Amino acid sequence: MDVLLLSRLQFAAATMFHFLFVPLTLGLSVLVAYMETKYARTGDETYLSMTKFWGKLFLINFALGVVTGITLEFQFGTNWSRYSAYVGDIFGSLLAIEATAAFFLESTLLGVWIFGWKKLSRKAHAAVMWIVALAGTLSAVWILIANGWMQQPVGYVIRNGRAELADFFAVVFNPFAMLEFLHTVSAAYVLSAFFVIGISAYHLLKKQHVEFFTRSFRIALVFGLVFSIFAAVNGDMHGVHVTKVQPAKLAAMEAHWKTAARAPLHLFALPDEKNEKNLIEIGSIPGLLSFLGHHNFDAEVKGLKDFPKEERPPVLLSFIAFRTMVGLGTLFPILMLIGWYLRNRLTESPVYLKTMLFAIPLPYIAIEMGWVLAEVGRQPWIVYGLMKTSDAVSPIATSQVFVSLIAFILVYGLLGATGFYLIAKNAKKGPVHF
Amino acid sequence: MALQTTWFLLWGLLWAVFFMTDGFDFGIGTLYPFLGKNNDEKRIMLNSMGPLWDGNEVWLITAGGVTFAAFPKVYSVMFSSLYSALMLILFALILRGVSLEFRGKVSDAGWRTLWDTCIFIGSFLPALLFGVAFANIFQGIPIDENGVYLGTLFTLLNPYGLLGGLLFLSLFLVHGALWLAIKTEGELHDRAVSAANKIWFLLLIAAVVFLVATKYKTALYDNYIANPILFLLPVLNVLALLGIKFYLTKKTYFKAWFASALTIVLCTFFGVIGLFPNLFPSSVSPEYSLSAYNASSSPLTLKIMLVVTVIFIPVVIAYQVWAYNLFKGKVTKADLAYEEDAAY
Repeated sequence: MDVLLLSRLQFAAATMFHFLFVPLTLGLSVLVAYMETKYARTGDETYLSMTKFWGKLFLINFALGVVTGITLEFQFGTNWSRYSAYVGDIFGSLLAIEATAAFFLESTLLGVWIFGWKKLSRKAHAAVMWIVALAGTLSAVWILIANGWMQQPVGYVIRNGRAELADFFAVVFNPFAMLEFLHTVSAAYVLSAFFVIGISAYHLLKKQHVEFFTRSFRIALVFGLVFSIFAAVNGDMHGVHVTKVQPAKLAAMEAHWKTAARAPLHLFALPDEKNEKNLIEIGSIPGLLSFLGHHNFDAEVKGLKDFPKEERPPVLLSFIAFRTMVGLGTLFPILMLIGWYLRNRLTESPVYLKTMLFAIPLPYIAIEMGWVLAEVGRQPWIVYGLMKTSDAVSPIATSQVFVSLIAFILVYGLLGATGFYLIAKNAKKGPVHF
Repeated sequence: MALQTTWFLLWGLLWAVFFMTDGFDFGIGTLYPFLGKNNDEKRIMLNSMGPLWDGNEVWLITAGGVTFAAFPKVYSVMFSSLYSALMLILFALILRGVSLEFRGKVSDAGWRTLWDTCIFIGSFLPALLFGVAFANIFQGIPIDENGVYLGTLFTLLNPYGLLGGLLFLSLFLVHGALWLAIKTEGELHDRAVSAANKIWFLLLIAAVVFLVATKYKTALYDNYIANPILFLLPVLNVLALLGIKFYLTKKTYFKAWFASALTIVLCTFFGVIGLFPNLFPSSVSPEYSLSAYNASSSPLTLKIMLVVTVIFIPVVIAYQVWAYNLFKGKVTKADLAYEEDAAY
């Protein structure tokens, strides 16, 4: 194994692990802020205890999200130093703005929220959580502008042997970043809704704290219903944009080999990258790929064979990641709609409750697969069309990266297991403030 | 030129503020197993920095981010050449962060001991290693013309590097002990004061040896000799250092803490001004050194980042001061009972 492969594995492990915690931070902060606002307005103690119960789970999750985020910022320097030197003029400033304008606010005010129950009025305390939620979302904006630039580089010139900033606002209003932001944040909200619904379902199945968890369930249900539909619609727009600016990614995620008009969509296929064809194709619908990519059944879609071999992303992984994400993304609004239909007789719907309890991991899988598609599907480029991943890696000793990769797996594995154990333990225990 | 110089100073300032703020958290975390005699005292120590440490740590992220934005070449060479040292710091910071959160979540003595150990490691290691790293930067790092590092982790553990580590560690220990002196009462308070008094002597020795060794091991004094007015900086530094002891003796702990905050900032600037215009000097050849002039971003990026910084950093300072002020006053046992659920 060489530095390149090890560094890629390490970055994949570190980001995917980080992203086990980020979505819940984004969404649960909004839900907790909403619950606390209800308490501040009505004085209803149930809302206070909801705020504390969900807030506690939020905090355990937040701690893991923060500490795993720090390593990511520095890994661009440690493992991808050639990338950092080449694009730092643009990419670095986006990360710096994220820290200065958003992450500072989130971290400082969260400390105030945790310790400030006695120091602030009810309304001010609730407002602090809204600021935490808003700052988290702002962080996401800047991080996704940075990632969006890697997907569709804009507003730069090549000068002095590197990419230099030419138009700051072109970078900030990059259409790829906008779509990616909306998709990521709405997906994060869906995950948070499933989290609250699933844990509520656990207690409702046991018929304990029924009022508490019915309320929690319903709040999350509205949130989940709205954003699961939003994420699906926005995902479709995102797909159209990818077709336009990253045709190789589209061809890979659909295992589409030959350029064709009325291109079919395969519900399932088994791509054979060596022989440039699919071994199996099941459920092919003519013209559907053309329609999804161009909103026109007769449009031509460029196939993988028309890209040089060394510029094609890994097909199988992109294909599976995309199928999993879209399959689950279709299931989510359906589950939410069923919940909406059953919302007034939740305790009498044990099958649905059990389904929702076991559905907690599904949005996690969908989100991770979404990122696999975004990043693996962009290969072999680290910045699409501009810099190859193999040119980006640091000139460092293999042994160093080998050791740090092992450390990442061990430390993250142990901490992740502990974190989820604590979340599960506290979730099962239920509210303590009655 | 002016833009690059401004950014050089801002770069130094952000690192200095990080050391000044998170420095006392590192100090508390390192003193923690020795000063806290029972669970209540330990919790009081953790809660004395509880609402603030996370916001303090963001100064590191900002310092790192600004290095990336303003001096991408430095960011790329600095962190890849200090790979193992930085990874150790990052893992230590991870441990500290989760340990604070995890410690109180299961009521079991063995569980607490586990995370107590992690809090100690997670505070002690960064305090030491940041010192080692910066002393090595003052001294020059073996990098070639392509910014490729020619040493290993152990290259950094040379006598001057370790001396820098000891200096940072004692600075942060004094800083942390003084914070505890402000925030606690009773026996814990007395122990913190006594620790601050004792460690101050260690700090004094480390600082004197460091100032002398710097003459022989680095080129930092060249800038000072060229512009003697700059010697005001180390003079002020020594005054601040003596000020810590002065206010400690007078039992005005907030002033003593303020003097130690000033000492940390001036100490960082003593090195930064000595380095100027270099950010990451090469010990192989001065031609390979990365400076504010040969490693910076484009003027447009520097300008935009300057606007962002001028707007947001004062805002950040404003709400952090507000937060510090909100949580002023001593942490007592009564606070622990009330905050059972949320606090550490």
